[in-house]
Formats: sequence, C-alpha cells, structure tokens
Amino acid sequence: MKLIVNGEPRKCGARTLFELWQEETGEDSGRPRRGYAIALNGALVPHGAWHETELSDNDQVEIVRAMQGG
Amino acid sequence: MTDTLEIAGETLHSRLILGTAGYPTQRILVDAVEASGCEMVTVSIRRISLTGHGSDTVSLLAGKRFLPNTAGCETARDAILTAELAREALGTNWIKLEVIGDRETLYPDVSELLSATEQLVEMGFVVLPYCNDDPVICQRLADIGAAAVMPMGSLIGSGMGVANPANLELICRRSQVPVIVDAGIGTASDAVIALELGAAAVLLNTAVARANDPVAMAHAMRHAVEAGHHAHRAGRIPRRQRAEPSSPQLGLVGS
Repeated sequence: MKLIVNGEPRKCGARTLFELWQEETGEDSGRPRRGYAIALNGALVPHGAWHETELSDNDQVEIVRAMQGG
Repeated sequence: MTDTLEIAGETLHSRLILGTAGYPTQRILVDAVEASGCEMVTVSIRRISLTGHGSDTVSLLAGKRFLPNTAGCETARDAILTAELAREALGTNWIKLEVIGDRETLYPDVSELLSATEQLVEMGFVVLPYCNDDPVICQRLADIGAAAVMPMGSLIGSGMGVANPANLELICRRSQVPVIVDAGIGTASDAVIALELGAAAVLLNTAVARANDPVAMAHAMRHAVEAGHHAHRAGRIPRRQRAEPSSPQLGLVGS
C-alpha cells in the first residue's frame, strides 16, 4: 500500500491505522497508547477507531505525539 | 498560600505553569518540574520521527497535568486540528492556543487567533490563548469564551520581562478571566513583577530550561510567583517624588 505518512511517501504492509501506528512507532502494546494521535486525510481518528479504520492507497496519515514543548 | 488559582472551574495550587522544552537532559527536566512546584506543564504535539523514536515526555512527567500547545501553527485550521489531536493524545480538552503571524517575532496572528478561539470553544475546548498585551484583544478573547488570556510579557524566548507593565496592569484590572503572562520571563524578578501587577499566573520555559542551573531557577520561580502574588494582595505603597521619613519626627535627641 502506498501512503503519505507525515508528509513522506511510504510503502506499508499495514492494512489498518492501528497496524500502521505499530509499524511506524515500534510500539507493541495491543491498544493505542496515551500520548499519540492520528489524523487520516485531515480528520482526527479517535483511538477507539484505529483497529477498524482500513487504509487505502494514497491516504494521507499524520501520526503525532505529545513531546517537550513550551 | 491559602487562595488558589481557578481556571474553568478547576483549581490549581501553583501559579506557575512550566514549559518542558530545551532542558539539558531529561533528568534535569524532571528535577526542575519538581523544584518549580508546578502542577501543570506544557507539551507540544509533533509528527513522530519516522527514522527514530523520540523520548516519552508523557511517561516522564506522569502525574503532572498536561497543557498541550499549538505552537508553530499559523492558521486557525492547523491550530484546530492540532488541538483535536492533542485532546485525543492526552485526554484533556485544555489547549494553549498559539497562532503565530510572524516567524521572526512570533507575534500572534490576532484574526486567526480569534477565529480559532471561537471555534474551539464551540467544540468544547478550554481555550487559553497566547495573545498580545492588548487590553482590547484580551477582552474580545474573554468575550468569546476563552477560559483565561495569556498576554505576552515580551517576545517569546527573549527574557526581556514585562515590556509594558502599564498595559499588563490595565489588562489584569479589567479582565473577568484569569490573566496568565506567557512569554518573555527572563528571571525570578520578572515573574514577581507579573504577579504584582495582578497576573494570576505565569507560563515560562526558557528562563528555567536555559538557566545555568535550571533546577535552582525553577526553585526561584516557585518562590517568585508566591512573592508576587502576596505583594499584589497586600497592595503596594504609592510611589513618591520626595523622601518621607519613616521614623517619628518628634523626640529627636538634642532637639
């Protein structure tokens, strides 16, 4: 699957948002972790919907995390 | 201190909100947050690095209350999506709203800021906008539902302190919502002045993170906000042009 992840073209094996999150972050917990959030094609996808949200070619995904900030 | 700071119906026991960026090490960050006595810390929302995994600020400061920011956003649209992402990431509907209009001065874009505030309030956010030290803008933001207003002391990261004390005093005197001085605090006396002028709290980052000894400066800031707040409540004496003796003028030896 060809996606744009955080502005970069990626080829991913992931079929769902949750799988993509695991692939890109290396997180191995069975559920979304606090501190992360994802937008798909410009719209927020709540943690509860990551498992069921399937990806399509050319989807634009933003994976963000709470980081140090002022 | 017996009186507390209340924002959107929630009580905060510290009048210091600390930023978490730019500390020499994670250990120093954690120790500085502890030394500051603050309850709430700011964090940013950023794209993860696709080449390496960043540090886990959320676990590092677990137990503190997080105030996510929209730092770096230049449009209401980007700020709103960032706020939504922050709410999902951290489970808080509080947002430090920053919409920057100029990359050199980091001055807010006031029209985008008003628009973003209005929309975020409608979406159920507790909005704390970083804004100019302008009484009219502060009033407008409060009118459209900002839970607090956060006028700049001076330019972000400048350490120039409260550049316009007369404006800040006026804003604090008229505001129906808490006034939090955000940006420009350089050292403890700047924080004292902000609170003496009537600010409810200060939000600062660089003054602590880039101090020679961040933990010691965090400790100083903890006391500075308390001193400033107590002095404000106590009420300062008026300034005079001439000397006025403090000791009695009668009964002088030799008179």
